[in-house]
Amino acid sequence: MTQPATQLTATEAMIAELQMPDTGWSKAARADALGRLRAMGLPERRDEYWKYTRPDTLIAPVAPKAAVFDNDEKPLFDDVDRLKIVFVDGVFDADASDDLTGEGLTIERLATATSDLHWARDFYGTLETNGQTPVARPLAALNTAFATDGVLIHVTGVVSKPVSLIYRHLSESSDAILHHCIKMDAGSELTVLENGPAAARFNKVMEVDVADNATFHHVRTQGRDHERRAATHIFARLGAESLFKSFTLTVNGVLTRNECVIELTGDDASAHVAGACVGDGVFHHDDTVFVTHDAVNCESRQVFKKVLRNGAVGVFQGKILVKAGAQKTDGYQISQSLLLDDDSQFLAKPELEIYADDVACSHGSTSGAIDEDALFYLRARGITKAEATNLLTLSFLAEAVEEIASEEMRDEINSRVAAWLERHRS
Amino acid sequence: MLSIKNLNVKLEEEDKIILKGVDLEVEAGKVHAIMGPNGSGKSTLSYVLSGKGGYEVTGGSAELEGKDLLEMEPEDRAAAGLFLAFQYPVEIPGVGNMTFLRTAVNAQRKSRGEEEMSAAEFLKVVRAKAKDLKIDADMLKRPVNMGFSGGEKKRNEILQMAMLEPKMCILDETDSGLDVDAMKLVADGVNALRSEGRAFLVITHYQRLLDHIKPDVVHIMADGRIVKTGGPELALEVENNGYADILAEVA
Repeated sequence: MTQPATQLTATEAMIAELQMPDTGWSKAARADALGRLRAMGLPERRDEYWKYTRPDTLIAPVAPKAAVFDNDEKPLFDDVDRLKIVFVDGVFDADASDDLTGEGLTIERLATATSDLHWARDFYGTLETNGQTPVARPLAALNTAFATDGVLIHVTGVVSKPVSLIYRHLSESSDAILHHCIKMDAGSELTVLENGPAAARFNKVMEVDVADNATFHHVRTQGRDHERRAATHIFARLGAESLFKSFTLTVNGVLTRNECVIELTGDDASAHVAGACVGDGVFHHDDTVFVTHDAVNCESRQVFKKVLRNGAVGVFQGKILVKAGAQKTDGYQISQSLLLDDDSQFLAKPELEIYADDVACSHGSTSGAIDEDALFYLRARGITKAEATNLLTLSFLAEAVEEIASEEMRDEINSRVAAWLERHRS
Repeated sequence: MLSIKNLNVKLEEEDKIILKGVDLEVEAGKVHAIMGPNGSGKSTLSYVLSGKGGYEVTGGSAELEGKDLLEMEPEDRAAAGLFLAFQYPVEIPGVGNMTFLRTAVNAQRKSRGEEEMSAAEFLKVVRAKAKDLKIDADMLKRPVNMGFSGGEKKRNEILQMAMLEPKMCILDETDSGLDVDAMKLVADGVNALRSEGRAFLVITHYQRLLDHIKPDVVHIMADGRIVKTGGPELALEVENNGYADILAEVA
């Protein structure tokens, strides 16, 4: 691949700012990732995959500053019995974290797991590498090469206590790169929670291998800091009869790009990925999803809902690829935006690519305002216009939020959205 | 209770005049029925009274207990005691019926400066009233009107009416889409709410509903006006002879 000189310069300028950690077993994978990064180059504005989202600030050698946002909201998931792992500006905080032990799993840190025979040696970066075709994801390769820390979770049984990754942001110039590996053995179960703004700029990769009959639940919220930036990737492989469910709530943030790359490789597997975001003003949120069906009788759902106002921008790029032989595929994709004024924008690129002849795939994308008939119905019952608008906004997001399996967490997410709506009344 | 004088209404978007001087007085404790052919303006009247957008009042007045309705927001009209049972109740995904009912009850209470109903108290009241209308726990839990049959939607309207205890109830073709049993159930719900302090305006095409909800006064509406007013026998006349005779007579 030949790159223009400007792109080469940008890539090298970024690499020059970074230091590759020396962690023994991951050395080869990191060197490989660096080679791939150099070959593909960092994203540029003219890249088709970055048409709707400017990568400039994500690839700047030095992260743009982001003010730390103080709020007195009760921390998320506070009432959930969970195993807490805290990173402050990307640096592990042992004092704030629980002991990294639990029933049915082992947890280590990327930065300190130095044994040469570590299981992660054959895992780290492999799903990321697979996810680089057919579309390049250079920021993920950069992550694999330069990640400073992260968690390595090997799940061997049914884990009842969720693993909760908490990302605090205290420095206005922090630039964090974390890489998590989750290896789920056959029949195992795990819930991973993530919350917090993480850093001024956050690059995160999570690789999840869900073996046959295993179940993975993921609930994430990206912190309320207005000026933070994030580029995140989830790479997941699903074995036969496995279940993968991921939900993300994004509230505020000047720039967020969440990519999710899922490959269904075993028959009868199910993958659901959902997102709800609410943005007011300087807010750009991009959900980029790529689901590959490469087995028989699998189901996938993509449900993305965006509430935008005062010039906020939402982007959705979602693809379902059904390979030859992936018969009886049931693929569903919906992306919708609720535009609360005329200034906001929603850009959607839904794609289906199907090489099997016995499949059911559907996709839809809509942009609209609050339903006037529903608004009048609520007001005719005495509910004020502002309150009725909030109810209908929650109603709009419901299909995405309902993808969260736990009712307790659903309620918590809904109450966060309700609080945001209350603060951002017109 | 409800006093409408020479009400003139046109569509906001086009120059189509719908109501051409409606006069109507509904007294407390009474049930008035409005009948009329399609397009006579019956539903428009109900929408204009409850504050739906898209209409422009070009003349006349409408007052509820002396308060100018036309100046008020829809939610304030509801808090003042006006209730419209919709011909087509709206489905609202993701909002539980119970949450909706409680939000509505408490919004009206708050607007009137009354104390909000506690969750426990609300639950007790709503369960009792739902039982009378044969609305089960599942219907209360489901999102508002989602997956409800026509009859269930109309029963849900009456449940809202029972919970909100309005003074002036407008029923817009509540009988449409109902079978005989469902109509009886809805009518029983309405009749249970009849009281000295409450008035009803029942809009319908057919006399059938008026067998169950016995009106004190029947009005015939045609071409944006009330053209004839009489007792319950007027409804029977319509049932037997259609509107043609009456319209010919007043023309």
